[in-house]
Amino acid sequence: MFSDMENLTLAIVLAPLLGSALAGLMSDTLGRKGAHRVTITGVAVSLFLSLYLFNHLVFAGGATINQSVYTWLVSDGIRFEVGFLVDRLTVLMMVVVTFVSLMVHIYTIGYMADDAHNWPQESLAGRNSYQRFFSYISLFTFSMLMLVMANNFLQLFFGWEAVGLVSYLLIGFWSVRESAIYANLKAFLVNRVGDFGFLLGIAAVLMYFNSLDYVTVFENAHLHKDVMVEVIPGSAWSLMTLICILLFIGAMGKSAQFPLHIWLPDSMEGPTPISALIHAATMVTAGIFMVARVSPLYELSETALSFIMVIGAITALFMGFLGLVQNDIKRVVAYSTLSQLGYMTVALGASAYAAGIFHLMTHAFFKALLFLAAGSVIIAMHHDQDMRNMGGLRKYLPITWITSLIGSLALIGAPGFAGFFSKDLIIEAVGQSQLPGSGFAYAAVLAGVFITALYSFRMYFLVFHGKERMDEHTRHHLHETPWVVTLPLILLAIPSVVIGYLMVDELAFGSFFAGSIEVAKSHDVLAVLGANFYGAFAMILHGLLTAPFWLAAAGVATAYVLYMRATWIPAMLAERFSWLHQLLLNKYHMDSLAAGIFGSGSRWLGMGLWRFGDTMVIDGWMVNGSARSVGWVASVLRHIQSGYLFHYAFTMILGLLGLFLYFIV
Amino acid sequence: MNFIHPQFSLALPEMILLGMISIILIADLFISDKGRVVTYLMTQATLVLAAIATAAVMGADVALSFNGHFIIDPLASLTKLFIYLVSMVAFAYSRSYLIERDMYRGEYFVLGLTAVLGMMVLASAHSLLTLYLGLELLSLSLYAMVGLRRDSSQAAEAAMKYFVLGAMASAMLLYGMSMIYGATGTLNLWEIRDAVAEGSGHSLVLIFGLVFLMVGVAFKLGAAPFHMWVPDVYHGAPTSVTLFLSSAPKLAAFVLMIRLLVDALPALASAWSDMLVIIAVLSIVLGNVIAIAQLNIKRMLAYSGISHIGFLLLGVLSATPEGYAAAFYYAIVYAIMSLGGFAMVLVMSRQGFEADELSDYAGLNERSPIIALMMLFIMFSMAGVPPLLGFWAKLAVIQAIVAVEYYQLAVLAVLFSVVGAFYYLRVIRIIYFDKPTERRELKPANDLKVIFIANAMLVLLLGLFPESLMNLCQSAFIY
Repeated sequence: MFSDMENLTLAIVLAPLLGSALAGLMSDTLGRKGAHRVTITGVAVSLFLSLYLFNHLVFAGGATINQSVYTWLVSDGIRFEVGFLVDRLTVLMMVVVTFVSLMVHIYTIGYMADDAHNWPQESLAGRNSYQRFFSYISLFTFSMLMLVMANNFLQLFFGWEAVGLVSYLLIGFWSVRESAIYANLKAFLVNRVGDFGFLLGIAAVLMYFNSLDYVTVFENAHLHKDVMVEVIPGSAWSLMTLICILLFIGAMGKSAQFPLHIWLPDSMEGPTPISALIHAATMVTAGIFMVARVSPLYELSETALSFIMVIGAITALFMGFLGLVQNDIKRVVAYSTLSQLGYMTVALGASAYAAGIFHLMTHAFFKALLFLAAGSVIIAMHHDQDMRNMGGLRKYLPITWITSLIGSLALIGAPGFAGFFSKDLIIEAVGQSQLPGSGFAYAAVLAGVFITALYSFRMYFLVFHGKERMDEHTRHHLHETPWVVTLPLILLAIPSVVIGYLMVDELAFGSFFAGSIEVAKSHDVLAVLGANFYGAFAMILHGLLTAPFWLAAAGVATAYVLYMRATWIPAMLAERFSWLHQLLLNKYHMDSLAAGIFGSGSRWLGMGLWRFGDTMVIDGWMVNGSARSVGWVASVLRHIQSGYLFHYAFTMILGLLGLFLYFIV
Repeated sequence: MNFIHPQFSLALPEMILLGMISIILIADLFISDKGRVVTYLMTQATLVLAAIATAAVMGADVALSFNGHFIIDPLASLTKLFIYLVSMVAFAYSRSYLIERDMYRGEYFVLGLTAVLGMMVLASAHSLLTLYLGLELLSLSLYAMVGLRRDSSQAAEAAMKYFVLGAMASAMLLYGMSMIYGATGTLNLWEIRDAVAEGSGHSLVLIFGLVFLMVGVAFKLGAAPFHMWVPDVYHGAPTSVTLFLSSAPKLAAFVLMIRLLVDALPALASAWSDMLVIIAVLSIVLGNVIAIAQLNIKRMLAYSGISHIGFLLLGVLSATPEGYAAAFYYAIVYAIMSLGGFAMVLVMSRQGFEADELSDYAGLNERSPIIALMMLFIMFSMAGVPPLLGFWAKLAVIQAIVAVEYYQLAVLAVLFSVVGAFYYLRVIRIIYFDKPTERRELKPANDLKVIFIANAMLVLLLGLFPESLMNLCQSAFIY
């Protein structure tokens, strides 16, 4: 159908960009309907073409596409290009991104329908906010596609920064709310820290490989395996470890890994559709994708892999704890996202990249589902997000209830649901890993299963079951949300159930990622697992006998007891272990630490530099100082021009003598 | 005595000019004040005729005549053509100014033409004798022109200073020439070159001679520390004379320098190059710094001219053909910009109002946006803002010194062009952002206005297409 792959790949990225430009620049002309129509059409075109490419690459056995479409500049023999590398890893990401994006686009029609109420009466920023929102999410889709389809580090960085920018714009979408502004600034600044590492990593690649092209870099990676560099004089580092850790610092920022996770919970200030799209399903997984994409480099550094595994394990377990004490429905889901990102990161550290990407995909579906369901609840509750005011919503919101249950079951890894396959694989892969830190990581991810089940079903029970705690007025208006909201829920619930069962064989153990992801023989934990794999159904049966299943079941049971039966226990525990409760409520004091040390510290430093460096040295001495001294010199020198002829003649003679003197001396 | 008949045809332009000067001098006696335009037109026609004659004798080859005292080479012909052009524009600018001040007399044009004749002789000179002849013819005419307004004490003072200091400089130049003659035994430039190259002649005498020559040249150019006359003369002379004085004679002085240093004394290049470094640095620094303190635009332009001469010298001191071409280019560019700069004063002035204070330009944009815009072009060009003409000239000389690895000098030149930008931008600020002190409509004479706009547009156009003029300058230095 498409002979020219270059045009096809271009069309995939440009369709959302066009939609975004039209909706954003012609918001008055298009109106609300026109804006969501053009953007949804753009994203739908991308999804359709991505599915075509998926079929072409996966089922029709088409060759990997790797081509540069535009040379931005050539400097010192290094080409800076825009180009697309579409292999099975990329095409999987493309389908996930465009599918979730399309769902979110449709959902947004319902969620943002009365956005005008969110703005003060005469706010100029509130004008055409509906169209602007659609423009942003389409722009995000474009940026994310640029990121995943890049064939070089430069374009990866472009996509990386572009999604960061859109994330910033969308977190602070309600720009008249102080908390939204605080949150988007926080997200921006924390990501700066990560991006700084990322940029240094790319610079190191450029410096040693003289190329930013993936294929070139990966082919030459083994040449630099044993190179040592001295960043700090006296201590030599392996170049690969340095590059990998620097790149991973970027991933820590984007994928919200400890200790750069602090921005993600605050990002919930943004409208719920983007929480689902950006801060759950796609953008935050960019770091996971990046590490998988650069796997040929990571395989050369066990130190970096260990580092990744430990960071991931910390995030997976400790962020789960925080989910237990939250009362804001979106924040529970946000901490759940952090924890699940930790799982993916652990998988990367164990060299089970395929398992990590597999979990990324299943997570994208069920977490987008959970977020959109939470959004549906929020719409029904008239934008009240506090779970203490909910309860018993099951009978008012039947579709939301069912789909939420499916999402929660997928999240805790109930056998047969999507999350079961991917999460079980990660846990077993970590169990097989021989790297330093894998013992800790294994314990953390196992414990995490219990915690996940506990907070997920705490939320589920508090929202959909038990006493109806909302006020009379709200209860009176409770009803199921419109079809544009429930349709995406249903469409996302389907893959949340079946995608694991269908894909586990091919994705985790087959040769799906051959050529995209490289795993060193000694690290290949999935191959070990694959030897004992007898099909998806056998895996479900086997899963019933393993620890994760019983831990999850225990978690659900505990949640049932604590929040349905003996509801006095949580309060009692909170009182008895108040120090722990406080620690969790304060999020391990990470926020105050960051704000105190980095926030105040850099403000203090900036203030000092401004006072001393800018005002005094540059403005005072250099700019005004030089101007003043030139002016002063000029005012003095002009008096030499006395007007007396003999002075002039004397000057000439002096000049003559001066020239003589120069030659005689 | 063996007398070789000289090839008179090579000197046809000079002979035409001399003949016409005589005719105009006589004819003007019979022309009434009302018919003075005839004198003016005859003057312009003379320059056109001279240009045609110069183009006719111009050739790619070098030709000598008058027993080796006279030369026609590309440099001489090109310089003469530009001198005619600049002088014609200068006379055209002057006309309405002269009429308003009751100076519209034949003497002005006759003196102007003799100055042009002096410059022509200078351009074609090939011996110390003809160089001095041309220089004196030029200088004496200019002294008289500066003092043309006998009843103005300011002009008389300026003329007196110019004359006394000029005489001193001429004396020194002549003294230097005598030393060179003493050391080499010849007046002919190429023979001097060969004699110095052979090593005959006392080197210390040569160096002494060179220093005196340098003083004379630097004075004519108006380079520091021999620049003291420049601000006073530019300020005191009638603006139309200043305009003439600051443009065409700089071209002639440039040729004087090339003839003396490059044609006659290339063997002493290392010595004169060092001297020029000192003079250039002093000129750039003093010119740019003192200009900042000036409130009178004519004085400001005088100091600006001193700094431009410093830049021009950068090209010469590199002692490479590329450098000489860059300096030649700079001299032409400066002549064009200087015409425009002083024409600003002419455009603004009217009977009884000289418009030479900076405050007179306040809010000009509100009175005449088109003239304000043209002034903006000229000021930006003098400051060296791309893509205007002045930028390319500065770029060319700086490239020339970078090519011979005078990096510190290049940095200094760039830094001081930043300092210089200050006072040019101040003029623009005054024109565009200050409140006008008077609201009277600006009504310059039509010819003045048209030429001024053409002048400023030339600065823009030659800046946008710098190739042709640059190539022309380079063709003068292909030996």
